[in-house]
Amino acid sequence: MIEFQAVTKRFDDGTVAVDDLNLSVDPGRITVFVGPSGCGKTTSLRMVNRMIDATSGTITVDGNDIRQSDPPLLRRGIGYVIQQAGLFPHRTVVDNVATVPMLAGWPRHKAKKRAVELLETVGLPAELGEKYPAQLSGGQQQRVGVARALAVDPPVLLMDEPFSAVDPVVREGLQDELLRLQDELGKTIVFVTHDIDEAIKLGDKVAVFRTGGVLAQYDKPSELLARPADNFVASFVGRDRGYRALGFLPASGLPIGELATVELGATAVDARSALRDGWAVVVDGARCPIGWVSEKHLATVDGEISRDSSLSGGSLYDVDNGSLRSALDAALSSPSALGVAVDSTGAVVGSVTADDVLSALAAARTAGEVPQ
Amino acid sequence: MTWVFDHLGLLGGLTGTHVYLALVPLVVGLVLAIPLGWLASRSRPARAVLLSVSGLLYTIPSLALIVVLPGIIGTKILDSVNVIIPLTIYTVALLVRSIADALTSVPATVVAAATAIGYRPLRRFASVEFPLAVPVVIAGLRVAAVSNISLVSIGALIGISGYGVLFTDGFQLGFMTEIVVGVVATLLLALVADALLLLIGRLLTPWTRAGR
Repeated sequence: MIEFQAVTKRFDDGTVAVDDLNLSVDPGRITVFVGPSGCGKTTSLRMVNRMIDATSGTITVDGNDIRQSDPPLLRRGIGYVIQQAGLFPHRTVVDNVATVPMLAGWPRHKAKKRAVELLETVGLPAELGEKYPAQLSGGQQQRVGVARALAVDPPVLLMDEPFSAVDPVVREGLQDELLRLQDELGKTIVFVTHDIDEAIKLGDKVAVFRTGGVLAQYDKPSELLARPADNFVASFVGRDRGYRALGFLPASGLPIGELATVELGATAVDARSALRDGWAVVVDGARCPIGWVSEKHLATVDGEISRDSSLSGGSLYDVDNGSLRSALDAALSSPSALGVAVDSTGAVVGSVTADDVLSALAAARTAGEVPQ
Repeated sequence: MTWVFDHLGLLGGLTGTHVYLALVPLVVGLVLAIPLGWLASRSRPARAVLLSVSGLLYTIPSLALIVVLPGIIGTKILDSVNVIIPLTIYTVALLVRSIADALTSVPATVVAAATAIGYRPLRRFASVEFPLAVPVVIAGLRVAAVSNISLVSIGALIGISGYGVLFTDGFQLGFMTEIVVGVVATLLLALVADALLLLIGRLLTPWTRAGR
């Protein structure tokens, strides 16, 4: 879909931003360019729509050499999401999104109608359409930026550190939203970030750049974690690499143990008799976990078990599509050392232990499922 | 007051001329200052040259310029161009800096985003960069408009009639009323022009006032 062939960018002052880059971006997938500042990741991205022209080498999009195309026309066919959204402050949200189809020659009413549809696609209420960008939160502005990039349904989307300026909680929401959108749309996305965790979360493939514009490794995230090409990649990928790699191993074979449960509103006496090895999970009417009670803790509870009187629990492990990482974390973060396993509706189905996770890991390693 | 009512015809004519002599330089000056301001916002050397030249132009005394100019450009002594050209020069001198600063302060991400979605440079300037500069341009125009309205009076010294004629006549005849009327009329006109520009600015930039 997008091919870099021996691409080099040397700026006028002599600095080499990108050094002999050879890379092929898979169609319909998210490819993340990641690296420290000055590694050429943004320059590489901006060469795709000729915001920056390569000094030498060839870039093709869909088989066509981009040097043969008129830059403004090339750009109208490629979605672009920039840092801090880059919205036009003097235009309403709808007009911001409608700008792109109108540049492509759509009539105004059709462009506006499309813009309103897109706001819904990116999860924004329609009434925000008549507001100006300054009236929106950072996260909302960024969604408008994505809507604008999608406006003429381009096959390729370039995203230049789009989520770097929003706070971590909002960023996580935007990342999840992007993955959900991508499930529906199947665009070819090139995403630039300096955040390796974001790269590993979003990327189907990740290209790690090192300072000086050299591609250090281009691989699936699981491979990057399991087999970093060199010390630079290993240190860039960072701490807890082994633990994070568990996130790419499915936990399908993991044994699910029994778990004692107590319904909200049960008396302390009933709760005491339900304990198993001194612990029980408090559940609501839909069997969703609320927290824990223990023998020691129950001694302090009078009357009924409520939300307030239960101990807060750890993370949950989803038996349908959880990874070994989420199972292990559920066990490690639980006050009882038993991880709470839930089904897709969020109802408690049983427990997992750290020992079981490690056994499953050993089994997966023997079966050759763990990259070595 | 009776003098005013007796001379409504004269005052109407003077007002028309005065507005014409102040407005034409304002419009022509704006049209000239936009490309110059753009140039100054684009290149550092151009900025240095344009801003110091426009600063210098503004320091030329208006009376000297109005008196000397016909000799330099060869216009007839009573031609209204003799007033229009100096005032245009002052307008350009005032606006070039405003426009250059306003264009420089358009956020780089906004310009990059406009380029990335496929605007060609000229259309990008007209649709994105200049509209964002409008609040500053209006502020510059308000200063230039008031300054022009006040300077037009000097034209009376070389026989170009505006409210200035009221001053020259009043002095020659020792007739105070006429002078006071001239001052009040100039003031009123300046206030009206300022209010109109303020209104136009508000209509053009609803986005600057949108609250959260």
